[in-house]
Amino acid sequence: MKDTEGYVTADGRKIGGVVMEMKNITLRFGGVVAIKDISFDIREGEIRAIIGPNGAGKSSMLNVISGFYVPQEGEVWFRGAPRPPVKPYEVARQGIARTFQNIALFEGMTVLDNVMTGRLTQMNQNILTQAIWKGKAEAEEVANREIAEKIIDFLEIQSIRKTPVSRLPYGLKKRVELARALAAEPKLLLLDEPMAGMNVEEKEDMSRFILDVNDEFGTTIALIEHDMGVVMDLSDRVVVMDYGKKIGDGTPDEVRTNQDVIDAYLGVAHD
Amino acid sequence: MFYREAGDFKTSYVDDGQTFPIRFDRYRYYAVLAVAFVVVPFIVGDYLANAILLPFLIYAIAAIGLNILTGYCGQVSLGTGGFMAVGAYACYKLMTAFPEVSMFIHVILAGGVTALVGVLFGLPSLRIKGFYLAVATLAAQFFLVWLFNRVPWFYNYSASGQISAPERTVFGIAVTGPNTEAWATYLFCLIFCLGTGLVARNLTRGTLGRTWMAIRDMDIAAEIIGVNPLRAKLTAFAVSSFFVGISGALFFAVYLGAVEVGEVFGIQKSFLVLFMIIIGGLGSMFGSFAGAAFLVLLPVVLKLVGVNVLGFPTDIVAHLQLIIVGSLIVVFLILEPHGIAQLWNVTREKLRLWPFPH
Repeated sequence: MKDTEGYVTADGRKIGGVVMEMKNITLRFGGVVAIKDISFDIREGEIRAIIGPNGAGKSSMLNVISGFYVPQEGEVWFRGAPRPPVKPYEVARQGIARTFQNIALFEGMTVLDNVMTGRLTQMNQNILTQAIWKGKAEAEEVANREIAEKIIDFLEIQSIRKTPVSRLPYGLKKRVELARALAAEPKLLLLDEPMAGMNVEEKEDMSRFILDVNDEFGTTIALIEHDMGVVMDLSDRVVVMDYGKKIGDGTPDEVRTNQDVIDAYLGVAHD
Repeated sequence: MFYREAGDFKTSYVDDGQTFPIRFDRYRYYAVLAVAFVVVPFIVGDYLANAILLPFLIYAIAAIGLNILTGYCGQVSLGTGGFMAVGAYACYKLMTAFPEVSMFIHVILAGGVTALVGVLFGLPSLRIKGFYLAVATLAAQFFLVWLFNRVPWFYNYSASGQISAPERTVFGIAVTGPNTEAWATYLFCLIFCLGTGLVARNLTRGTLGRTWMAIRDMDIAAEIIGVNPLRAKLTAFAVSSFFVGISGALFFAVYLGAVEVGEVFGIQKSFLVLFMIIIGGLGSMFGSFAGAAFLVLLPVVLKLVGVNVLGFPTDIVAHLQLIIVGSLIVVFLILEPHGIAQLWNVTREKLRLWPFPH
């Protein structure tokens, strides 16, 4: 499969060319090798899962993509060109948004303010027009509020838009965090365990939202998840990591039958 | 009963985002403004202006400034007194260098100078947080006071080492110096107080305010969203110092008239303003005003009650005042750690449902 060519998924969706490519990434913390020589690509419009047992290096991988960690070796290619080492806040402006494994919302702000904060990269009034407010700053605020409200509608959190985030239950917080990431209208959305700690209904809701986001906005999604049922249902292609190495890559069916993957999850008998 | 939002529908995002969304609040705000601008100037006397109104207005500006930095952006600062001194000395130098320019412009320029100094002392905030940043700003406090004491250029080589405000005017009306009218100084400070209040409100409700609050609540997530942390913190330092500088300039030029820097802008002033925003409510515009009112009015009320009503000697009342204010602060913070603003919010929630709470 060439970089620019796409493929068609089992359910008939067309996947485009490569958006982001990891080329031989190695990441070390002192003597610990968190990621060892991993390469994989993420294609436009697909849902790409990264799975693996605890400590496999999945979150580190996501942190490399979002610019928190700079790998010692290897290159991150974004839209056909190698990406120089960037600050995390510059990554946001390239159209990459993410959520966190442990919710990282702004607890003191309302849901609406959290979502509006997600639109920061699209708002660029200077301090003077903001101080005057009437006119340009207000117009910009209203225009962005409309987009924020669309996302609030989309994720069905209208009733809590003026509630401070600190008062919300866990499941809703996860949803607000997704809303905040979506507000930036990202090209690539990184989800770090979007369903951790949820019950079955909340997982179903979240899965539906992830599929809808991918379907309606055409957002490319890379997600880390431990619930295998969810991963196998949602994702188009799966990367499997174990001890910092890649042990499998392919469609859910290919991965499911991969002996290395089965060994990593179930353990191997030593004889 | 009358405190209702039923029937008060918002049909546009502009309406929904206004400062006082509830009609009753909005009208009360207009009423307060009308009284402050139209009624008070005619009845204000020297005692009312100097004991209550001027300190309240000026401390409210300082509290708004510090609240932006500490309450909204989460950067603790103990340098408020030092930054007020920068405003005062900048204003003094400008007043003496350009006597014919309106006092209005001097005060704003003094704020601008303070903003630059604030940014300079805000630079360490990228690396250090919390208590350690507080100590770094404490260094600013002591350094600035030392600087203004030791470098004669700042006090124009006067023999006493003090600075005293010469008479300066706005539209021909004296607002500084010995021959001022109470109503003129009051209106001058009121205009600045209203101006800073409006600007601060506009900044905190928009993009910049959300950037600050994002840094305060979760700086890593803020960065991932596209907030440049250095820029966010430095703008907070700049805006905050701008307001604090204005309040320092007014405090020196309009309120006191003559200032000895170590006495007036010492560490006590930093703590006083910090107490104001903690008691008033961190991250709340109303809290800045409420805290300033609380700490300005309480001593006056205690003194009136002690001396005039109970007939105690003044020195005993002065000591009692310290004890009572101190213990009230402690009691207050135990009962409501989020300050007067939160207390008011809770009351308002209840008032909305009263008299049928279920």
